[in-house]
Amino acid sequence: MTLALLQIVAFLLGAPLLPGVIGRVKAVFAGRTGPPLLQPWRDLLRLAGKGAVFSRTTTWIFRAGPAVALAATLAAGLLVPLGAPAALVRFGGDFVLFAYLLGLGRFATVLAALDTGSSFEGMGAAREATYSAVAEPALFLGLVSLARSTRALDLSHMLGLQLQPVWWTDGPALLLVAVSVFVVALAENARVPVDDPSTHLELTMIHEVMVLDHSGPDLALIQYGAALKLYLFGALVVRLSLGALAQEPWLAFAAFLGGQVLFAIAIGVVESTMARLRLLRVPQLLIGASALSAFALVLLLR
Amino acid sequence: MSAPLILASVLLTSLSGGAALALRRRPEVGQRFATALLVTGALLGIAGALIALGGPTPSLAFRWSTPGGALSIRVDALSALFLLPILGVPALGSVYGLGYWPQATRGASSIRLQIYFGLVTGAMALVCVSANAILFLAAWEVMALAGFLLVLTEHERPDVQRAAFVYLAAAHVGNLALFALFALLGRLAGSFEFAAMAGLPAGAAASGWIFALALCGFGLKAGLVPLHFWLPGAHAAAPSHVSALMSGVLLKTGIYGILRVTGFFDAPPPAWGATLLAAGAASAVLGVGFALAQHDLKRLLAYHSVENIGIIAMGAGLALLGRTYAQPALVVLGFSGAVLHVVNHATFKGLLFLGAGAVHHATGTREIDHLGGLSRAMPVTAALFLVGATAISGLPPLNGFASEWLVYLGAMQATLAPAASPLQLALIAVPALALVGGLAAACFAKVFGAVFLGHARSGHVAHAHEPPPAMIAPMGVLAAVCVLIGLLPVAVLPALSAAAAEWARLPPDVVTDLAAGGVRSAARISGVAATLLLAVGAVLLWRRARLRGPQPAAPTWGCGFARPTARMQYTGSSFADSLVLRFGWVFFPKTRVVIPAGPFPRHASFDSSVPDTVLDVVIVPAAGRGARFAERVRAHFIGRVQFQALLVVLGLLTLLGWYAVW
Repeated sequence: MTLALLQIVAFLLGAPLLPGVIGRVKAVFAGRTGPPLLQPWRDLLRLAGKGAVFSRTTTWIFRAGPAVALAATLAAGLLVPLGAPAALVRFGGDFVLFAYLLGLGRFATVLAALDTGSSFEGMGAAREATYSAVAEPALFLGLVSLARSTRALDLSHMLGLQLQPVWWTDGPALLLVAVSVFVVALAENARVPVDDPSTHLELTMIHEVMVLDHSGPDLALIQYGAALKLYLFGALVVRLSLGALAQEPWLAFAAFLGGQVLFAIAIGVVESTMARLRLLRVPQLLIGASALSAFALVLLLR
Repeated sequence: MSAPLILASVLLTSLSGGAALALRRRPEVGQRFATALLVTGALLGIAGALIALGGPTPSLAFRWSTPGGALSIRVDALSALFLLPILGVPALGSVYGLGYWPQATRGASSIRLQIYFGLVTGAMALVCVSANAILFLAAWEVMALAGFLLVLTEHERPDVQRAAFVYLAAAHVGNLALFALFALLGRLAGSFEFAAMAGLPAGAAASGWIFALALCGFGLKAGLVPLHFWLPGAHAAAPSHVSALMSGVLLKTGIYGILRVTGFFDAPPPAWGATLLAAGAASAVLGVGFALAQHDLKRLLAYHSVENIGIIAMGAGLALLGRTYAQPALVVLGFSGAVLHVVNHATFKGLLFLGAGAVHHATGTREIDHLGGLSRAMPVTAALFLVGATAISGLPPLNGFASEWLVYLGAMQATLAPAASPLQLALIAVPALALVGGLAAACFAKVFGAVFLGHARSGHVAHAHEPPPAMIAPMGVLAAVCVLIGLLPVAVLPALSAAAAEWARLPPDVVTDLAAGGVRSAARISGVAATLLLAVGAVLLWRRARLRGPQPAAPTWGCGFARPTARMQYTGSSFADSLVLRFGWVFFPKTRVVIPAGPFPRHASFDSSVPDTVLDVVIVPAAGRGARFAERVRAHFIGRVQFQALLVVLGLLTLLGWYAVW
């Protein structure tokens, strides 16, 4: 029980460190020192202390958007095993609720973007909606493959100790799934090669352009929510590729946290060595991820 | 006890429009009286259905002089569950009609509408409870004709006439299939009573034909792709509360028919479930694809009905597969998902059509790209529409999620099947549902964003206003049902699993265990939903504490551009464009571009539309070609009486010869 609560505390406090790690890795690749690891937390606190400017076009939808998005991500965090053997809440089919809660958050963000009446934010919203609709089958095919190989229908068991022996028997299939889920994680979290979080041209952005008009505490909510979402997808990738590394729960928890750092480093490496894809190519990448998962499923069903 | 209640409900709702006709000299009183009659009738029927759900199955039978026919009704759990939306949505729709289509100003067209509205409600209820094939077909025919007359409410408009006649033709092709279906069933069972048909062996030669006919006849009513072609036109042409009735519940009689007929057979062959599942997946994906491409708010909602019927059909297909492979979990989950989605779709689609009606009422247009910014002038309508939009996208914590989750879970049971079992193919339902969920959310972001958010795109919006309370209240009730079922799916699960057991003739103890598991999971969903709401509240409170006092306002950031106009906003079409491109393999978009020419261009325009592939690309050209061919053939024989007489004689001889040989 302590561990079950501790994993939530680590989730709430540790999530903003992942963008810090990514920033550090990118700085090392570029030959700079980079910001301190705690910089995202400082940014959040700074934004939370500021006032906000609201566009005259906006309504309550714009103000509710960041809150709903953050709350949905928090609720989704209840369903994923974040280092402890099991999630706080688990039941058969909980991964559907997980994916749809993230969908709710996205829906709220997209509507808040459209509420500003800006064509730039409209573009970002359209891209977000398009790419996530294409990414959804890839994620679900990956989860179905996991369910098939572990014979479990809840995330805690799908990503639990059963995974260890399955890696010996169905290794190739699980590898395909892990790659596919990693690609989905990059797309869902607006990272290179789908979206470039550090770009400065509104026309080419996806996630950043949707939140152009948010400021102050609202922007803090959005950035915190984005970090939490990255942590959740990191949990999926880490638990999937490492399994629960050890029988001993505390050791497994430490391994999980180490895995999250590795996940952030991997994203940093991808961002430092690749360029963003052309927008028209992004659906092809995601359909490719779906194809990988589908192939994994075929391997498992044969 | 409940059978007479439902009979009274059928009579009261069917005849309710008579009050409007009788009191036509005092239109306001007449319409209120008719509405009161319909609502009373509906409440009686809903009470009857609820009593029937809780207790033993009631039935009634009277003699009827029609050969093979009997006035017998039976309210089993399947009928009772369908009765709830089928009576609830029209009752709310008639209240909405008080504000939307008032008799005082619309006169005769409102009287006609009320008569057929009541008639179609009574006929739908009778379809759901009749336990005799002849009675079923009679009620079905009344329902189809009353639906046709309802679509024709604004009969002076040519587009309405076209939509209504396409509907009439489609409905009668479907009826023809149903006549053949029940003729075959009657011969197989030896009686037209449904009671005699229960437990037929599915192995008989005729049963394959029976399933195919059911899929055509009922599928045409339900709107499964490619039989959906009549649906978008008819639902867009009718007044909005009629669209809510047709899209929300009239389509569901098709699903009821498929479930009823497949329920007669023991151990259906695997092809039945697989066909229904595949047809459902195709309908769901193509329905939402077509919806994304629409510019007309009501046509878009109508295509979403095709999508949701697809999801329901997927659930029903899974349930049939579960019966084939003796997997009770699959039966219970698939059936519960399908029937719960029937109820849910009736509520949120009813809500959305009523909201679309309110928008049309306030602005006089249904073009999505002419609207915008309505959430300022119509905040209540906008909030209620948002509830419907979130629910239809299957997002928690609303009811659309509960039913889609059941269908997902049903499909996931296939992962537990032994290796090399053909049941594993059911897993295609999972990515299909995921894709449909993502696309539906994109589509409703487009609708809500383009209609209610941003700046007004045209003068239509200038005088927009909140509709009268008679139109708001029904939407409020439907939104409340969406929230209630979404937060507490536990409340409906036991009734659904009991109905599944009755439909599939499963032993009750098997179902009780499964239902207990479902209830536990559903309770956790409620828990997470409650946490979600609490978290939203807490974050909003934190935000409010941070942003005390007035905050500065500014124009939207235009990246440095100083004079933005409303026409520069992203439109609904541009929002959906990159997704519509993905459907290029099945769409035949028409675009008309006038390119600006010369150094001082005067005029430029762009106009695009995506016609229905089945109706406008296949059926209409083929029918036109057929008619021209027939005309050419006929031209040879016109005026030659001997030749025509010869043809008649030859025709008769052929028929006689066929009769002799057969």
